[in-house]
Amino acid sequence: MKQQELPLFEVFLRSQRGLDHRHVGSLHAEDPEQALEYARDVYLRRSEGVSIWVVRSGDITASQESDVASFYDPMDDKPYRHATHYKLPKEVDNM
Amino acid sequence: MVNQDNDNDPRLVAFENKVAADQRIEPKDWIPDAFRKTVLRQMSQHAHSEVIGMQPEGNWITRAPTLRRKLILLAKIQDEGGHGLYLYSAAETLGTSREEMVKALHEGKAKYASIFNYPALTWADMGAIGWLVDGAAIVNQVSLQRTSYGPYARAMVRICKEESFHQRQGYESIMALAQGSKEQKEMAQDALDRWWWPSLMMFGPHDSDSAHSGRSMHWKLKRESNDVLRQRFVDQTVPQAKFLGLEIPDPDLRWNEGSGRHDFGEIDWDEFQRVIHGDGPCNRQRLSHHVQAHEDGRWVRDAMRAYESKRQARQVA
Repeated sequence: MKQQELPLFEVFLRSQRGLDHRHVGSLHAEDPEQALEYARDVYLRRSEGVSIWVVRSGDITASQESDVASFYDPMDDKPYRHATHYKLPKEVDNM
Repeated sequence: MVNQDNDNDPRLVAFENKVAADQRIEPKDWIPDAFRKTVLRQMSQHAHSEVIGMQPEGNWITRAPTLRRKLILLAKIQDEGGHGLYLYSAAETLGTSREEMVKALHEGKAKYASIFNYPALTWADMGAIGWLVDGAAIVNQVSLQRTSYGPYARAMVRICKEESFHQRQGYESIMALAQGSKEQKEMAQDALDRWWWPSLMMFGPHDSDSAHSGRSMHWKLKRESNDVLRQRFVDQTVPQAKFLGLEIPDPDLRWNEGSGRHDFGEIDWDEFQRVIHGDGPCNRQRLSHHVQAHEDGRWVRDAMRAYESKRQARQVA
């Protein structure tokens, strides 16, 4: 009998309180609870974090840079969205 | 500290210890009810302010004097909407839905910054709002980047990064008027005259009169007091007004050599109370506009839900 592969989970760690969870890698597990325990064993052996998130990789919907030009393009022609676009005299430039 | 929480609860002790040690409180942590209520009130008020704040500026999009100013104004208002979303999402980590927050706003149970109850009468107001209102908001928000509730602090970091553009475009815009024709300069001065005092009111009552300050400071939700933040805003804004050649409408404003700060006059606290309690120039208009926009958008939300349930039904079939 062909062994069925366990589902893939993505692992996110909060390295300390106040910071966002960051993606650190992935692992295979039977269910979310098991994934959490594996994540602890694999990614948190040296106090790398205070909180773990696991999420089934299949549940992630992701965009790709190459997908649709129009998805990202409009950002390139709006320099006025940046604070540096506004040239102020040096007397008041510290705002 | 009086609250419904049991002072001997070991979870409360652990919570207080975290706060005392300058740790951030995160969504899965146990928190006392009173903390939940306080942080929710502050975040929902902040979120509503961002969204209601789109109205005075939205009023001028179609009448911006140049295409460049129009694009800038649109981008700024889009940011404010985004800031509202960051804050609503952060507030939702407390287990309160966005629908409940919007309902509380519509029923008058949740507040928003009272400054947005003042009308934007001329184009110069767009400059004054960016310079003064966003300037005051930044002073407050920079301080809140260190607030004790993690999701709130992170939303503030994101928002502060974007706010700098708001203040600079406002100053650039009002500078163009202040350095323009006599009429333009008068328009800039008139905007400063009308927005100065409401901007100072944005920091809230004096520390001695602030109902929620003590508890918020204890929990480090607020890191600096209303009066400290207001003073910082005055000190940074006075030279900016001077550079424009505009006069701040306060006869008591003067540099105090001894304290190294500006002394300034007393805020009209009766006006502050009137506006907070619903009797500002635009309170009813702001709220009814929000209710209408929400109702007008209902068919879009309904259509999206209907489409999604059809799509799911097709997948099952």
